[in-house]
Amino acid sequence: MKRRVQGRLRTAVVAGLCGLGAALCGIALWTGGPAHADVNGRTGEVLTYASPVEVLFSPDGTRLYVLCQGSAEVRVLDAASYAAIKNIAVGRVPRGFSLSADGKRLFVANSWDDTVSVIDTGTLEVAATWPVGAEPSSVVEDREGKQLFVANRISNDVAVLNAQTGAEEKRLAAGRGASYITPSPDGSRLYVTHVYPNFKPRRTGMENRTPPEAEITVIDTARAVVAERIPLHNIAHGFHVAFSTDGRLGVAAQLHPKNLVPLAHLEHSGAFADTLTLFGADVGKPVEIPLDELERYAVRPFGVAITADKSRIYVSCEGSEIVTVIDVERLLRFIHTHQGPYAQDLSASANYVVARIAVGHDPRGMVLSRDGKLLVANRLEDTLSVIDTRSNVLSKTVPLAGPKQLSVLRHGEQTFYTARYSFQGQIGCANCHIDSTFDGLTWDLEPDGFGRDIVDNRLLEDIKGTEPYKWNGGNPNLPTECGPRTEKYFWRAENYDDLTLTDLVVYVRSIPRRPNRWKLPGYELTPAQERGKALFMRTADKFGNPIPEGNRCSYCHSGSKGTSQKSFDVGTKKATDNTGLLDTPQLINVALTAPYLHDGSAATLEEIWTVFNPEDKHGRTNDLTKDELNDLIEYLRTR
Amino acid sequence: MKWAWNKSAMVLAAGMLAVGVVALGAPPDVPKAGVAPTMPRYRFENFTTANGLPDNHVYAVLVDGDRVWVGTDNGLGLYENGKWKIYTTQDGLAHRAVLTLAFDKRTGDVWAGTMGGLSRISGGRIDTYTQLNSGLSNDVVYGVSVEGENVWVATAAGACRLDLHTGQWSLYNERNTPMVEIWVYGVSATPTKVYFAVWGSGLLEYDQRTGRWDKYEDPDGENEMVLFKDQGLIHEIVTSVSYVDNIVWAATYFGDSRYDGRYWHNFLTKDSGLPSNFTNFIKGVDANRAWFGTDKGLAYYDGVNWAVYRPSLTTGKPEMTVRDAKGNVTQVAVTTAPAHNYVLGIDFQGSDIWVATAKGLSHGILQR
Repeated sequence: MKRRVQGRLRTAVVAGLCGLGAALCGIALWTGGPAHADVNGRTGEVLTYASPVEVLFSPDGTRLYVLCQGSAEVRVLDAASYAAIKNIAVGRVPRGFSLSADGKRLFVANSWDDTVSVIDTGTLEVAATWPVGAEPSSVVEDREGKQLFVANRISNDVAVLNAQTGAEEKRLAAGRGASYITPSPDGSRLYVTHVYPNFKPRRTGMENRTPPEAEITVIDTARAVVAERIPLHNIAHGFHVAFSTDGRLGVAAQLHPKNLVPLAHLEHSGAFADTLTLFGADVGKPVEIPLDELERYAVRPFGVAITADKSRIYVSCEGSEIVTVIDVERLLRFIHTHQGPYAQDLSASANYVVARIAVGHDPRGMVLSRDGKLLVANRLEDTLSVIDTRSNVLSKTVPLAGPKQLSVLRHGEQTFYTARYSFQGQIGCANCHIDSTFDGLTWDLEPDGFGRDIVDNRLLEDIKGTEPYKWNGGNPNLPTECGPRTEKYFWRAENYDDLTLTDLVVYVRSIPRRPNRWKLPGYELTPAQERGKALFMRTADKFGNPIPEGNRCSYCHSGSKGTSQKSFDVGTKKATDNTGLLDTPQLINVALTAPYLHDGSAATLEEIWTVFNPEDKHGRTNDLTKDELNDLIEYLRTR
Repeated sequence: MKWAWNKSAMVLAAGMLAVGVVALGAPPDVPKAGVAPTMPRYRFENFTTANGLPDNHVYAVLVDGDRVWVGTDNGLGLYENGKWKIYTTQDGLAHRAVLTLAFDKRTGDVWAGTMGGLSRISGGRIDTYTQLNSGLSNDVVYGVSVEGENVWVATAAGACRLDLHTGQWSLYNERNTPMVEIWVYGVSATPTKVYFAVWGSGLLEYDQRTGRWDKYEDPDGENEMVLFKDQGLIHEIVTSVSYVDNIVWAATYFGDSRYDGRYWHNFLTKDSGLPSNFTNFIKGVDANRAWFGTDKGLAYYDGVNWAVYRPSLTTGKPEMTVRDAKGNVTQVAVTTAPAHNYVLGIDFQGSDIWVATAKGLSHGILQR
């Protein structure tokens, strides 16, 4: 009892601190402006962090290019001294970059501007900016310099552009959340990974209780068509791929969620497996191998690099803030002598992981130099870790120019991305909120038995003012959601100190809303969207009968964020649910967040009404024709 | 009133003319000895379930280079390097009955219209769109055509378009087009024009530039007699359409039509080499040449002459007949024929032809 009271007191104090801190320090929460990491620090300074995410050497090895997501620029450094040569401004939230085969052009994917910047590496100027698909996240040119391939995270495709003019020629269907493209060593194939699991069409009605499926989309570069798809069973989130120089070994970094069992099983390593998929001639059939070891987890493997002599694989692990080192010979011996599957075997990695090297906050992209150095971009520390691959020792940490002070938001973001607060350091907030968004999965969160109270994960963008939180509306505010709830049900470990919790809450409240890709420039609506809006706002059905307030779309999904912040029973309670009274979810970027409904049982927006609204409890919709329902959905996609 | 009188007079006159033509006799269709025009000859290799076809009832065939996709009553077949790979609902196919196929030449994706939705086969993955999980107007998909980033779909409840860039579905039905019946059997899309074969509602044309709809109907209305041949579409019950080289080729259950944007030319058994007016499928080769899938065999028209390939209607033995411009019909000695006379689909593989029939798949290999 005393502990509970203390907890409530602490929550109240934290909530108060949070509000006070925001007010006193002038913390500018998101107002719809650019997504740069312009943040107000504790002193009120506007701090723009570099936030490096990728790093490349020029073909001759003399220059280093660093892609800085926070400052929206490419920083050019001298590769020997790390002295700054030039900072080149690019588009908002750049996420990936690559050099042309001849090294004369550097292509940058600007994920919030839906453009690719083309930088002339001779003049170090942006020579062109080309429009591409929705949320471009990486870009690769073919060896002949004819075509440019761009992975679009939101449109789930790979755009093929004329590499000279930037004209889009076509788009290839990729997996969901297409994000990272890696060419094979001979350039004949491109391997595309995805940050979200593939969509699951409704077949049995139990799709929300089946493991995720992802893929590596393999593109035939010469023909610019999808040649094959490597299925990744049980995988939800894929990141970088690397190849050995002989092309016989491919390695993909990924996350393997265990979302079908209650998260309470974190104490039994029951939340995620941090794994790699190996493929290629050295392996035979693709095989998934774990990086985790008991009490030594490799949380959220992201970047991968393989040494030229194929002796070592390096994997950056965001949440654990380490680089994991794998002995390739021992790894191949292991997989050829042990019967799988071993993705969840915590004793396996001891057979091939030979070192874990501590680096900075949120390590992302990596690159190997010709002289045996591995450079790691530490996104939330504005540093590059330099590792000597002969000794596997951190030899140097290169600071990038920028603020040295840690702002509230920066600290909150570090807290969001690190795994250090969870039991044995297994997970962090970003495990389920990939890049501060969502994960496309349904989870069994509560310790109330297997398969009870299944909940769909929700998008974190612009959630200030959408409280209460949880599908049952049980958490009145973010300090409760991120504090006691997270500590008790998710981390099952030590509590945040009050300052850390405050900073985390401030960060979560500041996560911006991505630009909506279905809105026309100027935000006017298309005719279909206008018709849909009229249906959303209507107060009478097609027969002239008044629609009761609680049965109107606009009543429950009211306001600019699409939530009345109240709970309703919309007739979606399942036998496994403890309650049918559910918090009204916000509609922010709702087009991106499939599956839908509280338990993710609706695979698409359409299914909310075509399958799960037989009695019109989830809005009066059964009087609508198919084209009218399509119009309603067209409008919802603009929210 | 004046117009009505004029029309009545025209109908009467045309009827009298038609009676006169019948009295004079139909063009000869009895085989004659003589020199036949040179028409392509094929050696047909036929596939059934005995050699790997998923089902003998083949609705559609689609050639993709060396690969041949086949839509059957029991799954989608892919014939490659002499082997069959079968896709079923277990693989994610929308329904076992695959009625129509279309190829996206740019991406290599195949689109399959089924009795239970629309499926995209891309790099081995199957994505399915249904009337419940998407904006697709109806699950019974009779026709599909890919044009740029648009997938045009003909369904049992109107037509629709999926914009692959935005994911938006646009529906076309009696509420926003001149479509009276909404049973859409076929679609042929190009960047400029899109044509819909509407069962009972004629031929619909959509101008992509202006967004304008035009409707082509049988000037004889629902009269089964052809009073105004070559004055318009041959019949309201349009089953298939093919738009190539700015020419529309339209098939109906009562003859076929060719339209060049100004003039119509219709084909009937009584005055052409068409083996039957009941035509399931039509595929234009270019402005002058087309293939016809009828219930009484496979036919080819080269702009002047006709050739029919089929098992004989009387003996069942392989048969090829050629009809010249004067109506002279010549029998050509052949040893093979398509698997069945009920032809449902046609596609080309270089100089070869693939034919979907009600009882098997046929590969016609051109004989030099």
